Amino acid sequence: MNRAALLVLADGRFPAGGHAHSGGAEEAITAGRVRDVADLREFCRGRLHTSGLVAAGLAAAAATGYDPLLLDEAADARTAAPALRRTSRRLGRQLLRAARATWPCAELDDLAATRPGGAHQSVVLGLTARGAGLLPVDAAYAAAYESISGPVAAAVRLLRLDPFDATAVLAHLAADIDHVAAQAAEAAQHVHTDGVAALPAASAPLLDLTAEQHATRPARLFAS
Amino acid sequence: MHLHHSDTSPDGHTHGPNGSGGSGGSPQRPGGRRALRVGLGGPVGSGKTATVAALCRTLRGELSIAVVTNDIYTREDAEFLLREAVLPAERITAVQTGACPHTAIRDDISANLEAVEDLEERLGPLDVILVESGGDNLTATFSKGLVDAQIFVIDVAGGDDIPRKGGPGVTTSDLLVINKTDLAPHVGADLEAMARDAKAQRGDLPTVLTAVKSTGGITPVAGWIRERLTAWTACPA
Ligand SMILES: Nc1nc2c(ncn2[C@@H]2O[C@H](COP(=O)(O)OP(=O)(O)O)[C@@H](O)[C@H]2O)c(=O)[nH]1
Ligand SMILES: [Mg+2]
Repeated sequence: MNRAALLVLADGRFPAGGHAHSGGAEEAITAGRVRDVADLREFCRGRLHTSGLVAAGLAAAAATGYDPLLLDEAADARTAAPALRRTSRRLGRQLLRAARATWPCAELDDLAATRPGGAHQSVVLGLTARGAGLLPVDAAYAAAYESISGPVAAAVRLLRLDPFDATAVLAHLAADIDHVAAQAAEAAQHVHTDGVAALPAASAPLLDLTAEQHATRPARLFAS
Repeated sequence: MHLHHSDTSPDGHTHGPNGSGGSGGSPQRPGGRRALRVGLGGPVGSGKTATVAALCRTLRGELSIAVVTNDIYTREDAEFLLREAVLPAERITAVQTGACPHTAIRDDISANLEAVEDLEERLGPLDVILVESGGDNLTATFSKGLVDAQIFVIDVAGGDDIPRKGGPGVTTSDLLVINKTDLAPHVGADLEAMARDAKAQRGDLPTVLTAVKSTGGITPVAGWIRERLTAWTACPA
């Protein structure tokens, strides 16, 4: 196993389409709920412990080798908003493309064949981590980090935040990321015996609602 | 590196709009080669959308065409093309770029590749897919993983020193279009100097000075597309 593969996978420049998505930050900013660095930190904390935790659990479970199609269904069940389901599948498809070129393996090819329209991003992320020889906890880290690195990058552009302050938000949440990744990896250990019910199912209703609002806006910079 | 994943167009297809548009080559692509992908980049307002619209009007009778726009904020470009009815709606797709139009055509091309492949899958074999960039600065170029050839569009009103300043778009694009020559007298642009500077920057790469909105203004650009398509069709998949 090469731990360094985690750096490649979690790098914001990994070409899997994330740069065009704000993780709900654009809508929160447009609605005036996120106006400065302090707001951004709270937004990210909330997102990390809800959709971030769910994604981390699914990713860790996929990295254990658990059936990705069952996990894909579990992701649907945990993603209430149709707009977020669409976004997650689109990003999953884009990630799958990048992953198959970067760490080619039969499991990724199979998933692409059975889910041509895209599997959920968290599931693809976990399977990619597995293909890259990483551990479930690594997959959980990548998912947890991804859940807040996107919003931070988007907020820098949308609010013209000082990039040093914005990056400090990520550093400030490091302990939370550790916690979420550990929680997710622990849950994923039980998926083979207890099924997908063992995985976190936290939700953030405001993110669901605002994702739908964002999807209908005629003018926006980010795809989600 | 992404190219081999992109060859999803149906195999073994000979397809065929009639008429080779003066290119002299066969309109059929041996081996069912996927569509030729052409990127259009250049500063905001230089005339990329006008070029796409004129190309569609000129070529749609002889070639099967689709367009991907990378609008920065709204769906303005896609909607302009729809309003002008240059192509049926199902042949135009808009991609969102997250405030970074050059990233979507160079560093992370995945959303654009999806759009291109979806068009081919939905519409069947196509001859040409035009990908318009959201409009950027002079350093923006298309990844070879996304397009087979790129056109860089600048205009005389943006300053006649742009060809001299160079940059990757001006220097390395497969075709440089210096647009809006009709405005040259009004903005005091020296067309000869622009042509000379472009030649110095580009060596043997072609440059056209034109006004794509004027009658016949698109002809040299359309001719270049036909040539590229003939070459693309001729070489084995
Ligand atoms: N005078 C003149 N105007 C043009 C020409 N081509 C485009 N335009 C105008 O320039 C403006 C910007 O064109 P557009 O195609 O939207 O530029 P884009 O931002 O590069 O896509 C529009 O108002 C066009 O009508 C041309 O050849 N001559
Ligand atoms: Mg345009």
